[in-house]
This record gives sequence, C-alpha cells and structure tokens, in this order.
Amino acid sequence: MTSMNMVQALNSAMDVMLARDTNVLIFGEDVGFFGGVFRVTEGLQQRYGEQRVFDAPIAESGQIAVAIGMGAYGLRPVVECQFADYIYPAFDQLVSEAARLRYRSAGEFNAPITVRAPYGGGIFGGQTHSQSPEGLFTHVCGLKTVIPSNPYDAKGLLISAIEDDDPVLFFEPKRLYAGPFDGHYEKPVETWAKHPAGEVPAGYYAIPLGKAAVARAGEALTILAYGTMVHVALAAAAETGVDAEILDLRSLMPMDIEAITASVEKTGRCLIVHEATRTSGYGAELSALVQERCFYHLEAPILRVTGWDTPYPREFEWEYFPGPLRVAEAIRKIMAG
Amino acid sequence: MKHDSSLRLHIPESRFRPGDVPDFNYLDLPKAGDAKRPAIDAKASQTRDLAYGLVRVIDDQGVPIGPWDPKLDPETLRKGLRYMLQTRVFDDRMFKAQRQGKTPFYMKCTGEEAVSVAQALAINRDDMCFASYRQQGLLVARDWPVFDLMCQIYSNGLDRLKGRQLPVLYSVREAGFFSLSGNLGTQFPQAVGWAMASAYKRDTKIAAAWIGEGASAEGDFHQALTFAAVYHAPVILNLVNNQWAISSSQGVAGGEETTFASRAVGFGFPGIRVDGNDFLAVYAVSRWAAERARSNHGPTLIEHFTYRAAPHSTSDDPSRYRPGDEYQHWPLGDPIIRLKAHLLRIGEWDEARHAALTAELEEQVDTANKKAQKLGVHGGGPYHDPSTMFEDVYKEMPWHLREQQAELAHFKEKKP
Ligand SMILES: Cc1ncc(C[n+]2csc(CCOP(=O)(O)OP(=O)(O)O)c2C)c(N)n1
Repeated sequence: MTSMNMVQALNSAMDVMLARDTNVLIFGEDVGFFGGVFRVTEGLQQRYGEQRVFDAPIAESGQIAVAIGMGAYGLRPVVECQFADYIYPAFDQLVSEAARLRYRSAGEFNAPITVRAPYGGGIFGGQTHSQSPEGLFTHVCGLKTVIPSNPYDAKGLLISAIEDDDPVLFFEPKRLYAGPFDGHYEKPVETWAKHPAGEVPAGYYAIPLGKAAVARAGEALTILAYGTMVHVALAAAAETGVDAEILDLRSLMPMDIEAITASVEKTGRCLIVHEATRTSGYGAELSALVQERCFYHLEAPILRVTGWDTPYPREFEWEYFPGPLRVAEAIRKIMAG
Repeated sequence: MKHDSSLRLHIPESRFRPGDVPDFNYLDLPKAGDAKRPAIDAKASQTRDLAYGLVRVIDDQGVPIGPWDPKLDPETLRKGLRYMLQTRVFDDRMFKAQRQGKTPFYMKCTGEEAVSVAQALAINRDDMCFASYRQQGLLVARDWPVFDLMCQIYSNGLDRLKGRQLPVLYSVREAGFFSLSGNLGTQFPQAVGWAMASAYKRDTKIAAAWIGEGASAEGDFHQALTFAAVYHAPVILNLVNNQWAISSSQGVAGGEETTFASRAVGFGFPGIRVDGNDFLAVYAVSRWAAERARSNHGPTLIEHFTYRAAPHSTSDDPSRYRPGDEYQHWPLGDPIIRLKAHLLRIGEWDEARHAALTAELEEQVDTANKKAQKLGVHGGGPYHDPSTMFEDVYKEMPWHLREQQAELAHFKEKKP
C-alpha cells in the first residue's frame, strides 16, 4: 500500500495497464511530454515511449473517432478529454458510433475505449470548467459511465474501465484530485494522506463496474450519491446527527439496483444528491426507480439536492455548489416527513 | 437602401435544373495521359498539380496512355469488368425488389462502380475498408456473396445484422468491411484510427475510407485529414465527388471555387483528382496511394470525379431537381462501357462474351435473389426473435435490459 492522491492513483492505474497490455494506448491534449494539465499522465510517456502515450490535436471528435478505429483494430485506447466541458464536440462519435457499434454490427465490431474527463465544480472554473455532463451519457444505451469518489476506487475502476469491452466514460471529480472535499470550502484544504481510501496498492487490482459501495452504513435514511457529493453527504449526515446510509454508486451505468433497493427498503427514506443540474438529470432516473421498486417501503417523499438548472456561475461558486447545508436541510425534511 | 457597394450573399446554385439542357463544356477536363506521375515517396509539394488536374488513362478511343497506365494484364481487366457489371446487375435487381415492395429501401451506385471495384483490386484483401453506403462494389470485388447482402436487405432470418440495420448498411468483418453507420462521415476519422493502430502494431495492413463530397463538409472529414496528416497514418482517403448530395450540387459542399482534392494541400499530404469513371486511372491512383501508405509515406486524399447516375436512393426522385438526361451529357462516360471499350480495343473481349457474361451474372443474381426471398422479405417478419433486440447493446446484458426483455416477452405472450 502506498499513500496516493487521486491523480497518482489514476496515473498508477494507467501505468499498470500500459505495463500489462501493449494494446493499451493513451492520447489526448497535452498528455504526452507534459503529462496532462492535471498531471494525471505524468511520466507515462517517459516510461512507455511516444508510441504509447502521445499528444493529440485539439479535436475531441477526431480523438474519439480515432479511438473507435483503433478499438476496431484490436487496441484499447484511453483518451483524456481535458475537461468534461469539452466532450461535446465528440458527442456524435460517442453517441452514434462508439455506443452503437457492437449493436449495429451484431457483435462484429466493438469499441473497447475509455474516455477520461475531469468533471465538476468547486475550483472556480466557471461555466466551461465545472460541468457534470454524466446524465447526457447515462441516457445513451451502449455507453457505460463511471465516477469514482476516492483514490482507491479511482484506480480499481479505471483498470476495469480499460479492460471493459464496451465504451466507458470515466468522469473524474477534479475537486477530489488532491484531497477529499466535503463542501466546507471555508475549512483548510485536506489531502488524501490521512484518508483510508488514500491507501492504494501499487499493483494491479480491479473493482467491478456496476457495484455500489457503502460509504457509511446507517438505518435512518438512504443517500444516493457519487463523486464529490459522497463527501458532502458524509459531512451533512455527521452534522445532522442522522444515522444515514450513504451509497457511493461509483458506476452509474450499469447501476447497482440491488444495493439501492436493499438500502431504501431498510431505511424507508431516500435522498438523492448530485452536482449536475436537476431537470432530466441522473437523479430523476434514480428517483423513478426507487419509487417504482420501493414505494410501499417509503415513509417520506424522495428528495433531490442538485446543482441549480443554470450554467455554473463563476462568481457564485458556493451558492451553486450543492453543499452540506443544502443536503442537511433535505435530510431534516425527509426525517420530518 | 441598396448601394452598389453593399454586400451580397452568395448562394451556390446548380448549373442545370429540370428543363435545362446540360452542357458540361465549362468543365476543364485535361486529356488522358496528361498528368505526371510522381514517385510514391514524393514530397507533398511535388504532387500539388495533381490536386487540381485530373488523372485520366483511357482515352476516347479506349487506348490507355501516359505514366499512370497501370499496365494491367487482360485477366485483371476482365475481373474488373466482371465485378463492375455484377455490382450493376445486383443494384438493378435490388432496386426492382424495392419497387416490388420486398424491401423498404435501396441505394444504387450506378456510374460509380469503378470507384470501389478498381480500388478493391488495387489494395490487399485484408486492408480495412471504411466505406459509405455507395461502395457495395468493394464487397462484390472481394467475392462476398450477394446472397448474404440480400438477406440483410430483406432483414430475413439469415440477416447477420439481425434486422437491426437499414437495408444496405452492411457490416462484413470477414471481408474487411467496417460496419456502416448511417451518420454521414463518421467513418472517415475512424479509418485513420484503424490505420494508426496498424502502424502502431507494425503491421502491414492499411485502411481505406470513402466519403461523399456532400458529407465532406462535415467536421469528421477535416478531423480525419488532421489526424492522418499529424500521424502520417497509412490510409487512403477517398472522396467520391458524384456531383450530387441528394438535390444539392457539389457547390454547396464547397466545390465551386476549388477541387475537393485540393483540401489535402493545406494539410500537407498529396491530393489527387482522378477520373472516377476510368477504371485504369482509379486503379493506378489507388495503387500509388496504397504503396505510399504501405511504405510509411502517409495518407493520400483521392477525389474521384464521377457522376451519380442513380437516384440518391429508392426514396428519391431526381427529376425534381436535375435534368432527367443529365447523365447522358456527362463528359466522362460510364465506367463499364469505357473499360469494355478498352478490352475490345486490345482484342481481349468481344460482344458475344460480354452478352454471355451479362447473362451469367443476371442468372447468378436472380438465383441468389430467389433463394434470399424464400427466406423472407420485408413485411413478412420479424424473422429474428424480437428478444434479440436487447442483445449486443453491451457485451453482457445489464439488469435493466433483462427486465425490458422480459417485459416484451410478457406482451408477446398476450398477443391476440
Ligand atoms: C450526419 C448526417 N446528416 C445528414 C444525413 C442525411 N443524408 C443521407 S445521404 C445525404 C447526402 C449525402 O451526399 P454525399 O455525401 O455527396 O454522398 P452521395 O449520396 O452522393 O453518395 C444526406 C444529406 C445523414 N445520413 N447523416
């Protein structure tokens, strides 16, 4: 075990996979010599050479298309999209091509590609460096969507994503790169050094996609969260003193429905938290599923705490960010119901 | 208020619309044999003229001339003729099948057969083709049975794509034919990625991609050229300028003031404009590009200058937007007639053999068609178990699809 932050853990995942499988290639904007603007690919080109880790033109659609072609050949490319906010130029190649290649060719071709993209706010990035677009992709059949909340999971999930034979979108909560963040921006910045999930094995291990983790076991209500919001939910639970069970979904598609229903059936209450905008978001799907499957166990309406339905406003970072205050309020409301 | 100095918006318009008498004299068509043939390792700057000229080999008398003459043996020439003819016979039969209601949709490549057949013969069989919907000639030239294509067109029980795709959007991995999308242009940069992978693996295979001139306006086209140029990808990028994108002239795609081949000039690799109805010229240029790619000199963009003689698809009525006889005026003729003329000229073919070949192919296609139709045609199905529609969304079916599959089965049981 080594102490790693999320950047190092992700780097380690790619390091392990580059070493294990010569079909793994990494490319994206500034990922080669420089090691990426967030340093996630640092040192990989030096270690594995320019043929395997290289810079790509600023053309996200071309990057994904090229990855699809490489996948059809038999490689397992990993593309870094510099920010999730810049994935939209590649939307067609992801939605119409990567997602449907297996289906439309009846299994003759598939797209075993991984697209990594830092997402989310909390870094004063304004509306073009803060978005959480996961809901756009979980809506697309044929894509998988994964979001880790800590270094240990980040590494194990990224390894699974790279090994997966279907296209995986791997969104990295950039506010968690350096340390856990519970939404208390006024407190000093923490690092992963003291966090148990900052202990990461140096070698290979895989965490299966589609399995949620219990971030906090509890009896009073279920909080469904992923990415940065797992930590916010933990803080809010502690502050309200409510014995919440917090599920870290980790994999949004496929989703661990059994873990969700088992928890809600036990607690009878459900809160859904995400940073993405609310309307037609992933939380709406979760809410519908819980309602359909656990209605007779529910003792209060399901609530959602999410980003507002506005672009991420640079100046109002903390008014926008669904922090522990808002989550705590929702917990109390559900408990009163 | 209008001033002489005020701005005017330019809207490209086709020269000829229904009722006009087409006159292609305005086209600057260099003579056969005029174009120079640079070495396959020539610098892009030494190939620039080719992007604005037109490589032609067979002259009006059926005689091949100039440095691009690939000097093919008669056997290969007859093979080319056979495949082009077979493609046309197959197309005509399927078009008729659509009119008879046996399939909802079909697309012919009439007049453009050389574009796919000649290149298929110029590259290796294991080179990967990323085609558009108008290169069925690739599959024919790779001896893929038309019977299999017909089953896809009829979505019957032997449709390997299990009734999921629009007719003609084939996928034939075994024949090096990448799954057709339906979203125009997406295959172009994918081919570049495939070629990059082949180079990364130090393989010897190259990729070839096709796109229509209309679709070349898509960003995918330009991104493909960027990546191909940046990484010297071993890929042949074919742009089929058949003058029409449904009802829009090639001018609407940006072909009014320059050639499409010249797009490559700005990217720093060769662009070659070729007479797409000249089998020998297409073969020679394809061969040049293939050898160049295979010896690590990078990509080539080939503009096939041709004419879409067929309607866009069975859903299209071209008489509403172009003169009905425009193709008769097309100055570069028909690829089958021109190759045949060449073969006759060199004494390696005669009318009797041609008639016999045509009859043989018609018979062959008819037999395959009868066999395919027996297995089912449009409207008689579904021929696959509808529950298969949930397969292949993912490698392993997730719980929500399994549930939906069960839900469908439940309603199937209830069907009156
Ligand atoms: C992205 C996309 N936009 C529009 C269409 C609809 N469409 C299908 S074919 C076609 C014309 C294409 O013309 P061109 O690229 O010149 O090829 P051609 O049909 O002449 O071979 C159009 C507009 C499509 N299939 N995909």
